[in-house]
Amino acid sequence: MDILSLANTEFFVASAIGILTAAGMYLVMRMRTFPVIMGVSLLTYAVNVFLFASGRLVIGAPPILTDAETYTDPLPQALVLTAIVISFGMTAVVVMIALGAYLGSDDDHVDDTVSEDAP
Amino acid sequence: MSLFLIVALPFLGALLPGLMNTAGRAACAGVTFTVTLAALIGLLTNLPAVLAGEVVTTGFDWIPVLGLNVTLMLDGLGFFFACLILGIGLLIITYARFYLAREDNMGEFFTYLLLFQGAMVGIVLSDNILLLLVFWELTSLSSFLLIGFWKHLPEGRQGALMALTVTGMGGLAMIGGMLILGNIVGSYDLSVILQHRDMIQASPLYLPALLLILLGCFTKSAQFPFHFWLPHAMAAPTPVSAYLHSATMVKAGIFLMARMWPVLSGTPEWFMIVTSAGLITMVLGAVIGLFKHDLKALLAFSTVSHLGLITMLLGTGTAFGAMAAVFHILNHATFKAALFMSTGIIDHETHTRDIRRLGGLRKLMPITFVIATIAALSMAGIPLLNGFLSKEMMLEEAGHTVLFSSPYLVPVLATIGSLFSAAYCFRLISHTFLGPVRDDYPAHPHDPPLGLYGPPALLVVLVVVIGIAPFLVEPFVRTVTATVLGDAASLSKAHIKIWHGLVPAVFMSIAAVVGGLIMLAAFKPALRLWDAAPRPEAKSIFDAIIFACVGLAQRITHTLHDGAFTRYAAIFGVTVVAYGTFAWHTGTIGAATRTPQVATPVQYASWLMLVTATVGMAFLHRNRLLSLMLIGIVGLIVSVGFVFFSAPDLAMTQLTVEVVTIILLLLALNFLPNRTPVESSVVRRTRDIAVATVTGIAATVLSYHYLLRDTVAPSISDFHLANSYKGGGGTNVVNVILVDFRGFDTYGEIIVLGIAALLIYALTETLLGGPVRARLLNRKPDQPRSGNMHPMMMVVMTRVIMPVVLMVGFYIFWRGHNEPGGGFIAGLIVSIAVVMQYMASGFSWTSARLRYPYHGVIGAGVLVAGLTGIGSWFFAKPFLTSDFTYVRIPPFEKFELATAALFDLGVFLAVVGAVMLSLESFSRLARRAHVPDTEHPMDIDPSRNSDTVEA
Repeated sequence: MDILSLANTEFFVASAIGILTAAGMYLVMRMRTFPVIMGVSLLTYAVNVFLFASGRLVIGAPPILTDAETYTDPLPQALVLTAIVISFGMTAVVVMIALGAYLGSDDDHVDDTVSEDAP
Repeated sequence: MSLFLIVALPFLGALLPGLMNTAGRAACAGVTFTVTLAALIGLLTNLPAVLAGEVVTTGFDWIPVLGLNVTLMLDGLGFFFACLILGIGLLIITYARFYLAREDNMGEFFTYLLLFQGAMVGIVLSDNILLLLVFWELTSLSSFLLIGFWKHLPEGRQGALMALTVTGMGGLAMIGGMLILGNIVGSYDLSVILQHRDMIQASPLYLPALLLILLGCFTKSAQFPFHFWLPHAMAAPTPVSAYLHSATMVKAGIFLMARMWPVLSGTPEWFMIVTSAGLITMVLGAVIGLFKHDLKALLAFSTVSHLGLITMLLGTGTAFGAMAAVFHILNHATFKAALFMSTGIIDHETHTRDIRRLGGLRKLMPITFVIATIAALSMAGIPLLNGFLSKEMMLEEAGHTVLFSSPYLVPVLATIGSLFSAAYCFRLISHTFLGPVRDDYPAHPHDPPLGLYGPPALLVVLVVVIGIAPFLVEPFVRTVTATVLGDAASLSKAHIKIWHGLVPAVFMSIAAVVGGLIMLAAFKPALRLWDAAPRPEAKSIFDAIIFACVGLAQRITHTLHDGAFTRYAAIFGVTVVAYGTFAWHTGTIGAATRTPQVATPVQYASWLMLVTATVGMAFLHRNRLLSLMLIGIVGLIVSVGFVFFSAPDLAMTQLTVEVVTIILLLLALNFLPNRTPVESSVVRRTRDIAVATVTGIAATVLSYHYLLRDTVAPSISDFHLANSYKGGGGTNVVNVILVDFRGFDTYGEIIVLGIAALLIYALTETLLGGPVRARLLNRKPDQPRSGNMHPMMMVVMTRVIMPVVLMVGFYIFWRGHNEPGGGFIAGLIVSIAVVMQYMASGFSWTSARLRYPYHGVIGAGVLVAGLTGIGSWFFAKPFLTSDFTYVRIPPFEKFELATAALFDLGVFLAVVGAVMLSLESFSRLARRAHVPDTEHPMDIDPSRNSDTVEA
């Protein structure tokens, strides 16, 4: 495949999803709560954009009824809209839990299997 | 009475004993008795139809897609078993009323008993085999509760657990068998399945189905090698043992074998498996039973042995065998229930069941002696009692059965089984009742009140009546047998008679009884031999297997899911990619149907910014503040992307959510360390980078490929586009979907959002109420704080801008139905306006001016949205049906009024409440941490230099 042929809108969006996923995965695998939360946020972007893109990429045809001929798919947009708001709520809860754990134990490690395996 | 009612009565009645608990024991037992009696009478009203050979059916569709329908059927076999269950149930209820001690919770006991009874009746009346499975599992569960009724006894709990494990496992296997059977025939209705004998037996799946179903039957009916659970279940109160382990639950497996007899029996596989299992169980149970000292254990093994006998009879696959089996089910239920109840009486009166501590009770408990002796002699197979008749038939059938091409194997083993059976019966009588009266009983034995001996006495009367006049029950037995046989075989010509002439069975019978007496005489040396012989202890084997299974499960679980999020994120990522790669290589990928769009310079620039910010986050994430800024950039570019790709609503939502998220994370970062230290090794980081890269590439490839292809199936979006204005009255399709087409989803989502906010609030409360509070109060900020807490410029600016922002929010909300906007976005905008007040003017200034608590705002939002939905009920429309109209109030333009706007108002309020409650909770933590802030703008804190930690 010619590398230049990839310089199109679809590939830009697809690779953006991929890079967001990769960075998100990397951060999620860190050992402290804050980078993990950041990673989850990046994954949220990736998933939201992915879901949004399931309506395919249409430029200049918002789903606002006018005299236009074509509209983009409104359904993924409605799904993603609530997903964005809910993900705020979820992020807030996770941050609160992380904060509580840190304030309670002065330790923001995610990975504390050693103490769990101990009898 | 309708079959539904017969099945439903015990279940409905199960609510009553608990309610009657305070009304006294008699009332509690009385109501249970009445419910059971009503069900029995209802059943008996169907007797004429059953005797006429009719099959009473009724039913309705429950989940037709799965083939799961509530269809009930009453034929001879079902009637017979239902009669046993309800009839003996009545006796047991009476008995239990007097048996249970004052400290036992009688309401609880009878509730479980009725649940069990309903489940049993459900099994025998089910036409649909999936429904039957539901009831089957219900008996396992309810018997678990009954066996473990005495929760304070460890044996009770362990016995209940073992019974549940074994029968539950068998039930699982049976589900598989039933599904196979249903698949072969194409129907899950017994009435249909029973018509397809040839089709089922010709199917290559016959053997697996048979094995799985038999596994269910054998575990339930305690057949070898699953016989071990039954003796351990004897830790149950005696009424439970008498009910479950003589007449009902253990007979469920037998019932099912009889039910499936027409389609499953008659093949070599059936014959070999069922006959040998039955034979082994019969002999083994009888031998072990003889040497048990606990009366209930003795009876438990005798039950195992007799169940084996019935199984063997069903296994032979002949019409005569089936008749003998049916007859023995009836006889066994009568004498065994009577024996269990007698044992219960002995236990109740002497406070021991250990046969070695008993003896001589004949003089002290004459009534019990008569009852138990008649029942035991019947079990031993003494003439003129019903056990003799069916045992003769069994021996007769055994005499004709050739197993493993030996004509002697079955008759000899059957005789040995009967011999040991006779021996333990004689031992039961002689070691308990005969002999001299002892003076070392744990209590002073005497005959119990009528309530305790009445029920077994009634059964013993039946034992004698059937034994002397078998012709009274013969027509009934023949009717039941006819339904067992179905079309597979015709009824045997043989009659049930006391004397058949000098047939081989008579000699086998004599041999058994005489051998039994000799065995009793030689019991002491035999016991020594038995005690010396090595025997596997079933419980320890069972425990070892369970221990091994649990250990294995734990090892697997702990490897995959050890509680560390990082590990299973990696496992999840790799697994998904592996499956995806597999699908990629094995599936077919259609050709691209869309032409890629040419990228513009703006796209290049945005892409570059997004990639830089994202990659930067991965590399610079240790500086937490920096990564917060970078994620802001990511969010902005995503918003821009939404604008570009025709999603203005999304862009507005993303942008506003971005603002509140960043504020939230800043508040959190206030407490968390500013930097993430380097901890993971280079190897680990390399591994993580590899996993991340692979998942990233996978996501790219997947996204790219589907972006270039059209949807496989036509999207339902066209419907939304076409009906948005016509049906929903709005031109912004996204908003109409949210508040109208999928309003119910949105309703659920605002509730989730509200719950999340309340959870944050609750967590904050918990933190501030615990030891964390002191830590927060003593905490010193690790950064130098700003000189002016409330900068004048910002205070003035935010206060001036507040009405403007509210106006914008109102505008965005109101236009949402037709233009980009709506409740979600307006809610976020208003939240930002309020948050700005907190940031600029401080917590105390803002909260002093707060009229409504945010909890209330969330509640109001959910309530408004819910009431809007309920409103449509008043117009006889489904929940959340919307309506709209256009009004014109001069001097305004014509505008639209829609109920959807009211719903959107609910969304708006819930979003404002949830966002504000979350942020406020975070800032309350902050407020505890520092000196109380002040209401005045541009306040300089003189202590700021002293309490900063020197970094």
